[in-house]
Amino acid sequence: MLAIFFKRILIAIPVLFAVASITFFLIKIAPGGPFDADRAVSPQVLKNLNEVYNLDASNWDQYVDYMSGVLTGDLGPSFRFPGRSVTEMIATGLPVTFELAFYAILIALLMGVFSGVLAALKRNTLLDFIPMAIAMIGICVPTFLMGPLLVLIFGINLEILPVSGWGQLPGDKILPSLTLGFAYAAYIARLSRGGMLEILNQDFIRTARAKGLTERMVVIKHAMQGGLIPVVSFLGPAIAGLLAGSFVVETIFQIPGLGRFYVEAAFNRDYTMILGTTIFFSAMIVFFNLLSDLAALWLNPRSRDSS
Amino acid sequence: MNNNSLWSDAFYRLSRNRAAIFGGIILLMLIILAVLAPLIAPYSYSYQDLNLGASPPSAEHWLGTDILGRDLLSRILYGARISLLVGFVATGVALIIGVSWGIVAGYLGGRVDSIMMRIVDVLYGLPFIIFIILLMVIFGRNLWLLFGAIGAVEWLTMARIVRGQVIGLKNQEFVMAAKAMGVSNFSMFRRHLLPNILGPIAVYATLTIPQVMLLEGFLSFLGLGIQPPMSSWGTLIKDGVESMEEYSWLLVYPGITFTITLFALNFFGDGLRDALDPKTSDN
Repeated sequence: MLAIFFKRILIAIPVLFAVASITFFLIKIAPGGPFDADRAVSPQVLKNLNEVYNLDASNWDQYVDYMSGVLTGDLGPSFRFPGRSVTEMIATGLPVTFELAFYAILIALLMGVFSGVLAALKRNTLLDFIPMAIAMIGICVPTFLMGPLLVLIFGINLEILPVSGWGQLPGDKILPSLTLGFAYAAYIARLSRGGMLEILNQDFIRTARAKGLTERMVVIKHAMQGGLIPVVSFLGPAIAGLLAGSFVVETIFQIPGLGRFYVEAAFNRDYTMILGTTIFFSAMIVFFNLLSDLAALWLNPRSRDSS
Repeated sequence: MNNNSLWSDAFYRLSRNRAAIFGGIILLMLIILAVLAPLIAPYSYSYQDLNLGASPPSAEHWLGTDILGRDLLSRILYGARISLLVGFVATGVALIIGVSWGIVAGYLGGRVDSIMMRIVDVLYGLPFIIFIILLMVIFGRNLWLLFGAIGAVEWLTMARIVRGQVIGLKNQEFVMAAKAMGVSNFSMFRRHLLPNILGPIAVYATLTIPQVMLLEGFLSFLGLGIQPPMSSWGTLIKDGVESMEEYSWLLVYPGITFTITLFALNFFGDGLRDALDPKTSDN
């Protein structure tokens, strides 16, 4: 276990370094400087700006300067919001995005595992078909359509939930979390159904039943531990998907989170913000992938004993 | 290769799967409609009837018009061209990269294999969606760049699947016989290995198309994909969202079209998988 952990960390560090470097130089070759956008700036002002942001140094010096900043957690100043640093903006947006992602994952796990396990236990009955049909809808209706449809139904027609915002009106967190969570609930339901079906046919389950355990004990104590491994392995990559989902959901519901900052930065060509968030997102995703792989390894008795 | 039993068996199994056939028919109809859009669309996609403005569905405009008085049905038909084109071309890009990568890694094995697959593992863990956005921002929102960028992201799983298949094949007698006859690596890939893994490739390609279309829709929705005056279903949904409070049909019809297409692709892909590889099927 520990050996695998350290090996993975050792791979992750150069990968993140490469990501940061590639992004840095991609942005350097991008056409157009950060200050030649909307209005013309006098040459003197431009020179001063370039000096302040260290843009007149050679690319290599800027790179070394930037990377040593990254190591100490300094991602540079934002080009579009003078006086605010990228690190500061990430720090404001991150808690909001984390809260949203947390609710979404919670909804997805509760709905997904419950209906998936139920579907596997009641295979080929209505309790199997109906949740799986709904799951198919969840997979086929994209987040950017689901969100607006939920707003249209619950926000505009029924007028029972706020249509946008985060933490300003009571209940305004419900629709964004549902929108983001629903697609994952669908995937998790399918994964847990598949995993449970496989496990329920195995000998140790028959043994557990033969011992006279109640059906509930068999399912909760024996089957679910193995049957849900696919779900645990899915959670790591799901974080990357949640991130993409947060771009959409935060844009639809006007939530001041990291995802919306990133989309805005992409539109404003706020290059330092793009660079900083890209590095940060990559680090986060690599970390969560590592975590979910380790959890899946730990849950699987075969790999737990052998290592 | 002619008329071998794998394909005729598969076709038989597929023809008995109602959901898959239904999905296939819908897809075929959509493709025909998209190809014939300039001939059958009642209006041009850019024709504006400004006097009309946004009007609900009527006899002249079956699905209504948008704020600029453009016929929604025509725009959905033209949008189908872009959306399906992105789906097929980007999947094609992913196929070419993924299949070549997987065949080479699987057949050569050893160090080459472990290095190539380690690269795939590493790329798997990166937030590619962000790189696509980055590329679109830096190099402009260009349709061909979009194809390439999406294709470059979606090849990873294909490489893994193909590698697994090739490893299963490479110790079989016909491969050894070909090797003994002095067949070069390239013709081994093309003439001997590729035809034998077409089944899984076809299945996975069908299941990749909806992923790609979702990705394009996602980018277009954020305003980073297809740019006006061209429109894909993603941009139509985006426009629909902006005016859904007053003109809900502008969101609902493109949304329904997009969803039905994704359903059809998923059903057809699942059916194809069950038909070509009965082992993985649930029942």
